[in-house]
Amino acid sequence: MAISVLAIVVTRNLFSVIVLSGAYSFLMATVLVALDAVDVAMTEAAVGAGISTVLLLGALHLCKSLEAKPAHKPWLPLAVSVATGALLVYGALGLPDFGDPDAPIHKNVVPRYMKNEVEVPNVVTAVLASFRGYDTLGETTVVFTAGAGVIALLRRRKQGSEKASGDA
Amino acid sequence: MLAHFSNIITVFLMVAGLFIIIARGNLIKKLIGLSLFQTSVYLLYITPGKLIGGTAPIISPQYTVYSNPLPHVLILTAIVVGVATLALGLALAVRIREAYGSIEEDEILERDRGVEAEEAKEARS
Repeated sequence: MAISVLAIVVTRNLFSVIVLSGAYSFLMATVLVALDAVDVAMTEAAVGAGISTVLLLGALHLCKSLEAKPAHKPWLPLAVSVATGALLVYGALGLPDFGDPDAPIHKNVVPRYMKNEVEVPNVVTAVLASFRGYDTLGETTVVFTAGAGVIALLRRRKQGSEKASGDA
Repeated sequence: MLAHFSNIITVFLMVAGLFIIIARGNLIKKLIGLSLFQTSVYLLYITPGKLIGGTAPIISPQYTVYSNPLPHVLILTAIVVGVATLALGLALAVRIREAYGSIEEDEILERDRGVEAEEAKEARS
């Protein structure tokens, strides 16, 4: 996975970058299965590797597929990134150990979720639909707004091109 | 150190995404960097929920140890929202390409400066 990430950073042909990011999404889905997050892995494989790749390819079809040579030296961004990374690693050392059953994340509200109050065996579905329904409401709002934005942007483009062809 | 290996991978992915966003001028490449950053956040949420010897949180009489379902729920929402923002960003990139004929940040800025200089010249004359 690290290799595909580095390849994404280095490669300048956008088509191969997009294919690499699709491969990266599948690897991420595999990692998520290993971490017991099967629902998330399924969504990531369908949405991250599927829909994102299609969207990116569609946008690429309308744009040039070769990235320009970077005009600036990358040292400043590199320095900023490495500094941020160092800070984050320092912060991460204070987190609970991997797989620690006494971590605070397992202590508060989750035992109640695991009691299976709504009698749906898949706890993820139960929590999503019964306990945290407002999340999905907010998500729907975001998706609706994004869809409306995309339609507004692309429809204006069509009118503009019609006007341009009318002028010509 | 081994206990924090997953966090270090997360940080590496996050930093790679951040670097692409800052250093690359191409708008599509920037958006890919953004989604890379997002996937690192998924990992950041999911890894603390894993229990060694646990299984996926689907209740079954054969198992007693399950991983934490709450981060899974949150990240399911986050993935869909991520795709929505990606679609909006790509639509913006396509629109910019129509207006400027380019999706390279440097060329767009250069063109803006050229237009400003011309306007200043017209205002003077």
